[in-house]
Amino acid sequence: MIIKIANLNLYYDKFQALKNVNLSIKENLITGIIGPSGCGKSTLLRVFNRMNDLIKNVKITGSILIDEKDIYSPVYDLILLRKNVGMVFQRPNAFPISIFDNVAYGPRVWGINDKKTLIEIVERSLAAVDLFDSIKDRLKDSALSLSAEKQQRLCIARLLAVEPQILLMDEPCSALDPIATGKIEELMLELKKKYTIIIVTHNMQQAARVADEVGFMLLGELIEFNSVKKIFTNPSDERTFGYISGRFG
Amino acid sequence: MKDKIAEKLLLFIAFSAIFSLLLITFFIFQQGIPLIFKIGLGNFFSTHWAPTRGHFGILSMIIGSLMVTTGALVVGIPFGLACAIFLAEFSSPVVQKTLKPIIELLAGIPSVVYGFIGIVILVPFIREHFGGPGFSVLAASIILGVMILPTIVSISYDALMAVPNTYREGSYAVGATKWQTVRMLLMPAARSGIVAGIILGMGRAIGETMAVIMIAGNALKIPHSILDSVRTLTSTLALELGYATGDHRAALFACGSFLFLIIILLNIIAIKITGRK
Repeated sequence: MIIKIANLNLYYDKFQALKNVNLSIKENLITGIIGPSGCGKSTLLRVFNRMNDLIKNVKITGSILIDEKDIYSPVYDLILLRKNVGMVFQRPNAFPISIFDNVAYGPRVWGINDKKTLIEIVERSLAAVDLFDSIKDRLKDSALSLSAEKQQRLCIARLLAVEPQILLMDEPCSALDPIATGKIEELMLELKKKYTIIIVTHNMQQAARVADEVGFMLLGELIEFNSVKKIFTNPSDERTFGYISGRFG
Repeated sequence: MKDKIAEKLLLFIAFSAIFSLLLITFFIFQQGIPLIFKIGLGNFFSTHWAPTRGHFGILSMIIGSLMVTTGALVVGIPFGLACAIFLAEFSSPVVQKTLKPIIELLAGIPSVVYGFIGIVILVPFIREHFGGPGFSVLAASIILGVMILPTIVSISYDALMAVPNTYREGSYAVGATKWQTVRMLLMPAARSGIVAGIILGMGRAIGETMAVIMIAGNALKIPHSILDSVRTLTSTLALELGYATGDHRAALFACGSFLFLIIILLNIIAIKITGRK
């Protein structure tokens, strides 16, 4: 049990975006969160690394424990949290600097400036996302010269470079074509051996392909949380059934 | 039909603006360049300026212009960048909406007012606390530094604001602090805009005349310290054009041509830097 959420409510000003969410996420599994647009799944994901802090007038109640520590407690180190809980975004956000500097960005933020160590980290991180062999000769090129899929891989490598425990993925394939999507999904299955992954997607088939456990959200509520098999073959809530069978969404 | 007339009229007005610019350019060069050929480049770039006796060397004024401009940048860049970074990254929207127009208002204050403040406050202060005449490179640098702030702040601010938010999120996502994000990601990402702002500020500092005449002292020699007084190219033009005749007048136009080329060059560099993305 690595993440445990109890009675989580989240308000943007007066609008309640998350309603009494309770959830446990297990180590080294891929947890998928599905639901129609506006159901709060991205908001929920952004609770785990406190990315919602960047938005004004957000109010959060309830408890979010990672390794049994409350990440919203005032004494919790936010910077350390962000390092331990990496996030991949909808659109690849490779920085407009060289490929090498993109991956070395995190380690440098954490004070690693030794050239040899940095090269090691960059090579290891790029290899972990199957990128190193194809771009090892052009590490000095701008990251923006890569294809969208490779940029997304690079963004994942950038996170791996600071050795997180948890990877949050916010629709990581929504800007990619089906072939690239398939490759990123393979990568997720590979990464799950070392990391705990939470993926938000409104592509139900994607959740069915990669996730071990799936939560279905609707209008800010977590309607059902079950194993992927149960959710997609025999859901216990009829709203879940309605969504996966395409009656709404 | 009415549209056609409006279109033609606007076209005519637009072209007359461009035409007058060309005319000015042509006039300055036509008046100035022949003298440079007459006395030779070597003499033109010497330090001996005695226009009534036929010596037209502008080097000490070039050095004067360079010194006050460099000084203005030394003052203006740190303050301007700090201000732009604070506004773009650290301040609340309310502070942003109040402070930015105020800083831009600085650009609207007539330069004679800056010069006046320099004479009344800055020059005596420097004279009493650092020595020298007070009318100095230092005084001119500080005043010019403030005068170029609006240019540096607003262009750098726009460049920082143009950096997509997804970059900031990506940076926070590996645990970077706000300041690390600014220093390691946003500044490099906005570099071209920031450099363009600095270059345009530099152009403003080189071209500024009135405030500099009032506080730089205008002594015609190469200064040895920042407390010495200097004369810039622009000051010379403004001070002497009123009574100059013949070759002297032509020499001032030659100065003008030289200034013109520098300003054009700076603007071209600024445009090239911002255009390349």
